[in-house]
Amino acid sequence: MLGLGRKDTTLFAIVVLVTVLAPFLLNPFPADSAMAQFNSGYPDLMQRFAIYGIFAIGFNILFGLTGYLSFGHAAFLGVGSYSAVWMFKLLSMNVIPALILAVIVSAIFSVVIGFIALRRSGIYFSILTLAMAQMMYNLAYSVFSNPAMNLTNGETGLQVYASDPQYLKGNGPDVTHLFGLQMNSTYEMSVAGWKFDFGVGYYLCAVIMLVAFYIAIRIFRSPFGIMLRAVKSNQHRLNYTGVNPRPYNLAAFVISGMYAGLAGGLLACMDPLAGAERMQWTASGEVVIMTILGGAGTLVGPILGAGFIKYFENIFSKINENVLHSWFHWLPESVQNFVVHVLSPFFGEGWSLTMGLMFMAVVIFLPGGLVEGGLRIGRLFRRRPAPTPDAATKPAE
Amino acid sequence: MTTSRFTRRGLLKTGAVTGAAGLALPTIFTSRASAFTNAPMGDTVTLGFNVPQSGPYADEGADELRAFQLAVEHLNGEGDGGMLNTFSSKALDGTGILGKKVAFVTGDTQTKSDVARATAQSMIQKDGAIMISGGSSSGVAVAVQSLCQDAGVIFMAGLTHSNDTTGKDKKANGFRHFFDAYMSGAALGPVLAKAYGTDRKFYSLTSDYTWGWTQEASMNKFLSAEGWSQVKDVRTPVGAGDFSSYIAPVLNSGADVLILNHYGADMVNSLTQSVQFGLRDKMVNGKQFEIIVPLYSELMAAGAGKNIEGVYGSMNWNWQLQDAGTKAFVQSFGTKYGFPPSNAAQTCYVQTLLYADAVARAGSFEPCAVVAALEGDGSSLPGVDSASNKGLVFDGLGNGPTLYRSADHQCFKDALVMKGKSDPTGPYDNLEIVEATPVSKVWYEPDNEMFAGGDLGTCNNGA
Amino acid sequence: MDTLILQFLNGLDKGSAYALIALGLTLIFGTLGVVNFAHGALFMIGGFCAVTLQKILMISSVTLDPTKLNFLGKPTEVKTPYVEVFFGKDVGAFIVDWSVPLAIFFAIPIMIGVGYVMERGLIKHFYKRAHADQILVTFGLAIVLQEVIKYFFGANPIPTPAPEAFRGSVDFGVWLGFAPDLIIYPAWRLVYFIFSLVIIGAVFAFLQFTTFGMVVRAGMADRETVGLLGIDIDRRFTVMFGIAAAVAGLAGVMYSPISSPNYHMGMDFLVLSFVVVVVGGMGSLPGAVAAGFLLGVLQSFASLNQVKALLPGIDQIVIYLIAIIILLIRPRGLMGRKGVMED
Repeated sequence: MLGLGRKDTTLFAIVVLVTVLAPFLLNPFPADSAMAQFNSGYPDLMQRFAIYGIFAIGFNILFGLTGYLSFGHAAFLGVGSYSAVWMFKLLSMNVIPALILAVIVSAIFSVVIGFIALRRSGIYFSILTLAMAQMMYNLAYSVFSNPAMNLTNGETGLQVYASDPQYLKGNGPDVTHLFGLQMNSTYEMSVAGWKFDFGVGYYLCAVIMLVAFYIAIRIFRSPFGIMLRAVKSNQHRLNYTGVNPRPYNLAAFVISGMYAGLAGGLLACMDPLAGAERMQWTASGEVVIMTILGGAGTLVGPILGAGFIKYFENIFSKINENVLHSWFHWLPESVQNFVVHVLSPFFGEGWSLTMGLMFMAVVIFLPGGLVEGGLRIGRLFRRRPAPTPDAATKPAE
Repeated sequence: MTTSRFTRRGLLKTGAVTGAAGLALPTIFTSRASAFTNAPMGDTVTLGFNVPQSGPYADEGADELRAFQLAVEHLNGEGDGGMLNTFSSKALDGTGILGKKVAFVTGDTQTKSDVARATAQSMIQKDGAIMISGGSSSGVAVAVQSLCQDAGVIFMAGLTHSNDTTGKDKKANGFRHFFDAYMSGAALGPVLAKAYGTDRKFYSLTSDYTWGWTQEASMNKFLSAEGWSQVKDVRTPVGAGDFSSYIAPVLNSGADVLILNHYGADMVNSLTQSVQFGLRDKMVNGKQFEIIVPLYSELMAAGAGKNIEGVYGSMNWNWQLQDAGTKAFVQSFGTKYGFPPSNAAQTCYVQTLLYADAVARAGSFEPCAVVAALEGDGSSLPGVDSASNKGLVFDGLGNGPTLYRSADHQCFKDALVMKGKSDPTGPYDNLEIVEATPVSKVWYEPDNEMFAGGDLGTCNNGA
Repeated sequence: MDTLILQFLNGLDKGSAYALIALGLTLIFGTLGVVNFAHGALFMIGGFCAVTLQKILMISSVTLDPTKLNFLGKPTEVKTPYVEVFFGKDVGAFIVDWSVPLAIFFAIPIMIGVGYVMERGLIKHFYKRAHADQILVTFGLAIVLQEVIKYFFGANPIPTPAPEAFRGSVDFGVWLGFAPDLIIYPAWRLVYFIFSLVIIGAVFAFLQFTTFGMVVRAGMADRETVGLLGIDIDRRFTVMFGIAAAVAGLAGVMYSPISSPNYHMGMDFLVLSFVVVVVGGMGSLPGAVAAGFLLGVLQSFASLNQVKALLPGIDQIVIYLIAIIILLIRPRGLMGRKGVMED
């Protein structure tokens, strides 16, 4: 179906189903129960799940297929955001021109940066991308926020002012919208204590993510994708057979940069403000972590990883000592205090520590990420010899 | 668990349960049932405190959080009541706000606009916060203020000192109690001219964001008026750490004053490093070289240690003031935490009280009603002759009589000129009050050139 | 002219920090063939060794002084560090004052220990894996280390002042024959520069003139042959990892008075030091040192007001710009060898 194989169709159908039903799945606890703090189905976070999913899918096309480890991918995210906000400032709050410009501008940037960085490989490539992204971050932060040519508005972040021209706005709304459909409008459903939010913004992000995911599957299965894997396994051999891998690598780099730009544009569509820190190298590190954690080279891995990290950052980080005490209140007091004392560094503010440890564990023990972990567990339960790993989930070695 | 013994464990547990319930109850974002965003449904109301808990302004953030906790305690009738006892408005009675117990959620802005908006968004959408407060970086405050305007909640700015917060970036749902760079300049100008003479040449190092720019412009304006001239203004990135390559060119630039438009850890580093470079031992143009830090904070002063000696700066408030409100606040803050509050803490505490008071007077949590209550009855501050002298006048919160001006949602009150003490008697006693510049000297009109270009717009109820 | 000299000194100062970290990175890379993204964290841990020693020395007995009242009208607490109780007031105060230099002796065993544990516990298992995996696992380790430090020491920078005698500045210009009061430079920064030269010299001398160092150099050139000669090269490489960790740690200790240590300073320096290593040439020790000083000086010159007027913002991007240019025209860096990291 849709030009996909049977397994891919199943996978895609599952992802579609999960994405559409996300408002239910992410709010599994009644709104006034103590467990409600684990609910993550509020519009802002759901949008981030989808947007960072796109970002990670795109990163995976580069890293998962070709093995080129870019440490500067957030630069394209930032460029996309800035372009989108500029469209809001100049034209109107409609998201379509914003997204189009975001993709185009990030494509231009990735052609230039890719052309330079791909002249080298291995760690040199990582450092080159890192250097160029840091350079763009520093420029966006200071130079391009000077009064004469204020492209980025520096630390405050680029935002839309009432005094901006907005030539096509007319009587259109003041908030971001898709032909009048406002991004921040939400339908709330209450069912016996449960509350579910259905946001327009989320569903726009979700649809775009599904399209992006579909394209990624097609790329993975295409001759182009196979060529990229050949680059990863042995670039020299490819050279000897008379194939010049550079155009393929550049194409992968640009596609991946466009994904990042699209994600950045969407971020701006959901919240029309673009800050320079989006481009900082730590943000690039984050997408690396997402992709690896979920499973580099697998299809759903990056989406899982992105969701995982964002859940950690927004939900897990709020589990403080009081909450821990309430979890272990059934223990004798001294034991309870001890348990909480031992656990508290890993919860709440310590979420980055937990994330770092998990990331290390994945790199050491599970090179296929959470996806491989899931498969291994699945195999344990099925109690049969490991089947030949199917292509959909096998890390592209 | 049938006996009700009062143990630490039991206490923590109940705290956790009420905390969790407070988080969970109002999860309505756009409900058709209510007329405005996050209308409190149960018996609690949730406030969101969004402060930097890491990054260059983390110290200030931590102190702001302490003040918020104290304010919530006092609103709920716990503790000694602090400034509730001295506040001129008596609408609050220690039973929460409109009978609802006050709960709060916190977030870490990391001093980054993007992160701050995400944490504020999560407070509004997930935790049901009806008011967001906090600050320490004006860039962040401006970004969060516009988010609150769009979402339809009230933003009570914490420490933000840029002119833009209530100038070109002002919003109807946003209010600022803290003073601004213009007032600092107006207060410092005459004092500096008196202390250092009228023919000084100054060199500025400026944090490269909205607060730094407006403070640099304000200082330039008022020092030029005193006959001083600027040699050069150099922008430095926030969080630079090592300022040596910015300080070295100052040495022989011909300037005899260095103005450090830095704040937080940046200011501690740049001041310490300037002193290490021997700037304060230098004689230039036959005059003693001087360093000025236009915006002071006790926390920075403590971090910079002896380097602060004799250095002039300004503050919104200081714990050494002798009015009844200040004494009550210092007493309850000091008893709880063991050291006096910073002026960041005071402004956050006061903002929380002012919000609660406005809700109580309005009789509703509806943002537009709260905005109207904060804009006051058009009364004016004595001693200032101006058509724009209209808004909410209150007293007893530490700064003397204060006006919340309805035209731009900015507070007007006396500004403090401070100086580093030469013989501190303790770790918190490192600054002395030089003068309290009266409000008439720091007054400006809403259409002043440094604040022009903005528009409050109309209040937004969201939903 | 005087500004140029001042910025040159600033550059040497920045450069010495870059060079020390890059030297350690290159040692690890040259011996073990591992790309260590956690090296910045070692620098940061060094800084916190200084903080820890300062805290230990400041452990105090508390007495109440009823004659002085604090802001709440209660008796003030008077703290007397135990070192002053044990060694007398003068010696005790001196020890507290000199806590940063003393931290050198405190940091060396700790850093070698940390390096040893890191190498045996984690890095060892990554010799045979792809460089990308090495980067990733050490990147993860760097996050974990900085979070651990954040848990124990908090997110705020902790001031660690230099000894009183070095807190001021010296008139450097007079030494060079300039007029007095023209070129004034902070004393501690000069100490830092000299200290880093000594460390760099010691590392090179160790590799050049000791048998141990000779074996290590031989191992760097051809690991297999040295192994075939019956020498346990792995153990020596582990020792080298410890030494590299100590070099980074000492750089951190001595840097703490210049910029108060905080938990993410490692990450800030890491990016720059990697750029330095790549510019110097992967695997070349002299290259790392030379590139460290070169980039430090260029960065400082780029901060000159005249340069910034011509090219705004150049001070913040110059290092990256140079790295990009050098990698494109000299793909192996300034002094890189053929065949290193090119698979």
